Amino acid sequence: MRFAFIVSETLSGIRRNLSMVISVVLVTFISLTFVGSAGLLQMQINQMKGYWYDRVEVAIFLCNDTSTAASCAGGAVTDSQREAIEAQLDSQQASAYVESYEYESQEQALELFQDQYSNLDMAESVTADQLPESFRVSLVNPEQYEVVNEMFSGMPGVEVVSDQRELLESLFSLMNIASVIAIALAVIMLITAILLIATTIRLSAFSRRRETGIMRLVGASKTMIQLPFLAEGVVAAMLGAALASLATWAIAKFFIADWLATEYPQTGFISSTEALWLVPLLFAIALILAAVSSMLTLRRYLKV
Amino acid sequence: MIRFEDVTKVYDTTSRPALDGVTTEIERGEFVFLVGPSGSGKSTFIRLVQREEKASSGTVYVSGRDVARLSSWRVPHLRRDLGVVFQDFRLLPNKNVFANVAFAMQVLGKRRGLINQAIPEVLKTVGLQDKARRFPHELSGGEQQRVAIARAVVNSPAILLADEPTGNLDPETSWGIMEVLDKIHQNGTTVVMATHDHEIVNTMRRRVVELHEGEVMRDEAEAGYQPADATAQLQSRLRKTEVN
Repeated sequence: MRFAFIVSETLSGIRRNLSMVISVVLVTFISLTFVGSAGLLQMQINQMKGYWYDRVEVAIFLCNDTSTAASCAGGAVTDSQREAIEAQLDSQQASAYVESYEYESQEQALELFQDQYSNLDMAESVTADQLPESFRVSLVNPEQYEVVNEMFSGMPGVEVVSDQRELLESLFSLMNIASVIAIALAVIMLITAILLIATTIRLSAFSRRRETGIMRLVGASKTMIQLPFLAEGVVAAMLGAALASLATWAIAKFFIADWLATEYPQTGFISSTEALWLVPLLFAIALILAAVSSMLTLRRYLKV
Repeated sequence: MIRFEDVTKVYDTTSRPALDGVTTEIERGEFVFLVGPSGSGKSTFIRLVQREEKASSGTVYVSGRDVARLSSWRVPHLRRDLGVVFQDFRLLPNKNVFANVAFAMQVLGKRRGLINQAIPEVLKTVGLQDKARRFPHELSGGEQQRVAIARAVVNSPAILLADEPTGNLDPETSWGIMEVLDKIHQNGTTVVMATHDHEIVNTMRRRVVELHEGEVMRDEAEAGYQPADATAQLQSRLRKTEVN
């Protein structure tokens, strides 16, 4: 009886206050979708770090005919220079840092280049001798790039030693900035949501002041009087969280897993099932949202 | 049942107190008229019993409990012991008579079976057994007040507080309400009725506590009530204009 009564009071409150409840649902939906997207970005960053840090290499680019670097003043790399570099890679001194290395010829470089930039028109006009040959070196510890850099960058025939991790770091910091922006937007929206829920409860309390007045009069408990209003906020916030979870999952599934992953097959992307880890988080935030705004409101507008 | 010990209530420090050192006791089973002109402190008296307000000084006891010292979650328990009726009925316009009375039981978590059994009984007590399906706007003022009384007593409170229950009704209808209140009193409920209707007070011959500017001016058993001078003067003046 008591439970059924509270449920029916909650439902009638939602019906009377439908437009406000819908706005609460939408605001929590949007704000939590921002939270979810930020979560996806962070998961993606972690995923890529794990994936790429195993694969990133230090590339030792060798001089070719078109190199302009000072160390390439002597023209393209000679066979003996190349052998010297290879010997250095094999040496006792380097083996502490170098896990393995591979030689990439100009032809292989062209093949990779055309593969990666197949969508650019210029890819067709690039020829093999415009690209540098290189040694692709995997490090025992990717952090020790500096040591390897010092070891090889002075050698004749070496144009430049480049750390591919640097490229990734800038990508990651870009993604981090994006997730910070998403979180900032989410925070603003969440504050809006809290205020909106508070206003909704206040309006609802006002439109039902006759009922609550009588409830106080006959000695209904605090729970009985306040719970329907609290439940109204919670239900609306939960609906918002449900929509946001759906949206987050849809982004993970249709944008990341289906589209991005087929466009860029070499990159590791998170799967849509992993995105489901965010769902409890979104619901928890929605619950906190409703609780905070109820505390702001019930004490002031629904005295017992 | 209700005991006031030197109770003073000040709403606003710049004006005189609404109640000023009131000491009185109402026993179980009594029927008491609380009389006095508007602003004499009758409503404040009732609000203090309900613990809608706390006394500025002094102590209010209801059923042996010091109401000011009740914790906020115990206040509902106090109010379950009190039925309250107002001048303006305070019915829910979108609920019919049955549902209005049932609401008072539902919010206390009473079972449906008990509700279906109790409401016809209480509607019979107030004489509305045939109007359970009517909505408030389909009822006369007197009938609406009967619904309010039914709602106030359906949970069998020990005390019924009535704050000018006949204030909005014509004399004929008022007597109907008094009969209902008398019936409830005879069933063992303590009744405290604030009023300034001297005709009712004079006819009923019950205990009268008269308040004047927040002080108890008179407390007599089986007494009458003469309206204060100002009211009497106004009435005689009105009578003169009628003659002219």
